[in-house]
Amino acid sequence: MLEKNPVVFIILAFVVIMVGTTITMIAPFKWINGAGDKIAEVKPYTPLQQEGRDLYMREGCNNCHSQTVRTLASDVERYGYGGSYSKSGEFVYDRPHLWGSRRTGPDLAHIGLKYPDPKGAWHKKHMENPQSVVPASNMPSYAFLNKPLDTTYSERKMKLLSFPYTQADLDDLKGKTEMDAIIAYLRKLGTDIPVKKAEAAAQAPAALKNPFTDLQTVAKDAESLYMQNCASCHGDKREGNLGPSLKGSAKSEADLFKTVSQGIEANGMPAFGGTLDEQKIWKLVTLIKLGAK
Amino acid sequence: MKVKTQYYDDSVKGFITWSIIWGTVAVLVGILISLQLAWPQLNVAPYLTYGRLRPIHTNAGIFGWGIGSFIGLFFYITQRLTKTPLWSPGLARVTLWLFNIGIASAAVTLAMGINRTKEYAELEWPLAIVVAIIWVLFSINVFMTILKRKEEQMYISLWYIMAALVGVTVLYVVNNLGVPLHLFKSYSIFAGTNDANVQWWYGHNAVAMVLTVPPLALFYYFLPKVTGNPIYSHRMGIIAFWSLIFMYLWTGAHHLLWTPIPDWIQTLAMGFSIMLIAPSWGAVMNGYLTMNGQWEQMKSNYLVKFLICGITFYGLQTIQGPMQAVRTFSAFIHYTDWVPGHVHMGVLGWVSMIIFASMYYAITKIFDTEIYSVKLANIHFWLILIGQLIYSITMWIAGVQQGSMLLATNPDGTLHYSFMETMIAIFPYYKIRAISGFIYLGGLAAFIYNIYKTFQKGAASQAAKA
Ligand code: HEC
Ligand code: HEC
Ligand code: HEM
Ligand code: HEM
Repeated sequence: MLEKNPVVFIILAFVVIMVGTTITMIAPFKWINGAGDKIAEVKPYTPLQQEGRDLYMREGCNNCHSQTVRTLASDVERYGYGGSYSKSGEFVYDRPHLWGSRRTGPDLAHIGLKYPDPKGAWHKKHMENPQSVVPASNMPSYAFLNKPLDTTYSERKMKLLSFPYTQADLDDLKGKTEMDAIIAYLRKLGTDIPVKKAEAAAQAPAALKNPFTDLQTVAKDAESLYMQNCASCHGDKREGNLGPSLKGSAKSEADLFKTVSQGIEANGMPAFGGTLDEQKIWKLVTLIKLGAK
Repeated sequence: MKVKTQYYDDSVKGFITWSIIWGTVAVLVGILISLQLAWPQLNVAPYLTYGRLRPIHTNAGIFGWGIGSFIGLFFYITQRLTKTPLWSPGLARVTLWLFNIGIASAAVTLAMGINRTKEYAELEWPLAIVVAIIWVLFSINVFMTILKRKEEQMYISLWYIMAALVGVTVLYVVNNLGVPLHLFKSYSIFAGTNDANVQWWYGHNAVAMVLTVPPLALFYYFLPKVTGNPIYSHRMGIIAFWSLIFMYLWTGAHHLLWTPIPDWIQTLAMGFSIMLIAPSWGAVMNGYLTMNGQWEQMKSNYLVKFLICGITFYGLQTIQGPMQAVRTFSAFIHYTDWVPGHVHMGVLGWVSMIIFASMYYAITKIFDTEIYSVKLANIHFWLILIGQLIYSITMWIAGVQQGSMLLATNPDGTLHYSFMETMIAIFPYYKIRAISGFIYLGGLAAFIYNIYKTFQKGAASQAAKA
């Protein structure tokens, strides 16, 4: 009969398609983004951040960047920046989600933790000319974002998405450029969730003694730690770029340790106490002190 | 010939012509973005940056080339299988106009950065509505033709066609639900993890309902036509059909392994992906067994080469895909260049090979003539085969290399390679991939010239007859 009756056929095909659809796509609405997923600290976007998010979509940054730290140890190590893997509750204000499917560039879910500088100096330099900070990067230059932000719909967006906002938030948009907006968005990513940083900063400085006395034993680890965490600001060869040269330092080892662990966030030097354990920080200090000048 | 005159084939020709044009756009933009990944200086203007061009590439490929060809060829097949002229030629003409307006506007708006970012559903709401209308008009036309058919039995190709009509409609509408802000911007009605789950339910089934089911419909029709052998087993085709459309819908979350999507959905997706090997290989074996005793046609008949290579790549895809859906393997290759390798073996090997063969065959039948040059068709075949293989193989190597570098750790648990080191390692492969694109383009040029000449020849002989 099926081979002769197209109407019955179409209805049956629809029903067959709807079985898997119902179970794996419709039913999960009952659980996902429910009370169990809620994370109290996660805040909606401000008008400026939401504008930045929309620009991120306009430029299709998602074609090269993912935004989910998977539960794999290597993902947490590489992209967690002191935070953990991504949880459902971190995304409840994301319409649409921007998880992406390719990592031509690094994951950005927690990028706000990596570059905490309130002035966003690194981002600005990088967005304008990625190769000026990461020479081999294939990210396009986005200098054209240095133009006034169109705020016509900013308030309407907040209403449509039911995000809270104040007059001050709207005033904050005045005189901003598209670059400011996208940086505001990048700076927010991953920063709502409390991370280990605070404890590390409170460490007592008294017992600060470098366990490593020569470079040889730590050189390999230190080099890869450096390339991984520091090169984008201090240059591939420690020659200095956005941050000062690290070919040696006048500071004592204990002071260097403190700087790396606690950061100088107001000036753009992130704190690494949450991401790197003491051993690793000492390895870096050893590299700075004893490495090639 | 009396039978031939009763079919309405203008829109078949129209869709074939335009889908070739959009397919060429897809390949040209594909080459440009593959060059940009190796030489970022090629991002010369905002509307020519990689982030804006990549969706143009995928949309021109899937919608312009894929769907455009399917609409044209389904008009062709449906009429022949039902022995009935197309229900409404007028509607078909309108559909073609809308199709071209839709795809052209898609390219322009995506270049302007009007983009919902959900993969393969990037178009903003007014255009999404146009796409839905195109599909519904086309569906009505095909379905009405089937309803009014003179041939009572519905051959298996018609099953696949009808499944695609329903499937694409449901998927596309749901994943595009949104709240408009203004004409050029809307927000998805789903948020975060829910949105991701809906997206990949859609995304994977776009692969099923656009890049698997329609080429299978073509394959089941054209393989017997081209070889003169009936399909090996109708029953096997039917069992494979129902299990395929049943299982595909469970597998979306294999794009989201290790993410915040609930574990049980991931596990179901993994299980069903592996089970999919069975119906997929059902079709592959059906194809191979149809060739029983006739394998010499691989040499003597240029169309058989396309069809059999195409179904072979489908077979490879459907082993590779389930492998990628296994958690441990996904951990290794997800997000890397392995995936574009998988994708292009599918779109360039499987989908395009089947479309090329179907077009060659349909055009010569419509004009009741012979192909302009078999030799050129053979050149076409070898160039696209080599181009595709170089593309896929380099990307697999790049993916495995990057995947293993990204996971490598030092004795103290730190990561051995920085992200940039993993990227510098794959630049050579990016360059080879760009070359493979040019080889493929060469093959495409041979195809276009051949088709153009066949059109000319056909039109001339028709004029002579009239
Ligand atoms: C062609 C692919 C591509 C596109 C498109 C792209 N990026 Fe990138 N991006 C990269 C690569 C590769 C890197 C790593 C090298 C570097 O830092 O430049 C990167 C790095 C970054 C980083 C620093 C990440 C880190 O861990 O240090 C940020 C932030 C960033 N991109 C933001 C963006 C934004 C915002 C957009 C869209 C406006 C964008 N990218 C578009 C490829 C891309
Ligand atoms: C986002 C950019 C950035 C990154 C990443 C970064 N730094 Fe810095 N760093 C800076 C800036 C900017 C300063 C200067 C701060 C100031 O002037 O107060 C600085 C200062 C320093 C100083 C003090 C130098 C001195 O002589 O006073 C040290 C030491 C240092 N960084 C080490 C590191 C190490 C080690 C890493 C990697 C683990 C690292 N930095 C990563 C931006 C960065
Ligand atoms: C031979 C010419 C082609 C070249 C050089 C090419 C190149 C590319 C490149 C560079 C990408 C981006 C990969 C990345 O994310 O790193 C891509 C993605 C893609 N292309 Fe092509 N392409 C070609 C032909 C096609 C055709 C004809 C189609 C469609 C039928 C197609 C469909 C796609 C799809 C669906 C993606 C997205 C893949 C993903 O998300 O992983 N391509 N292509
Ligand atoms: C049984 C069959 C198949 C299975 C189980 C399967 C599985 C998968 C999986 C798991 C991925 C995600 C890879 C990752 O990102 O880690 C993927 C991606 C993809 N596959 Fe397949 N695949 C199958 C067949 C096909 C076929 C025949 C095509 C035809 C062209 C195809 C086209 C694609 C495309 C376009 C993507 C990229 C999606 C994106 O990330 O944008 N697949 N497939």
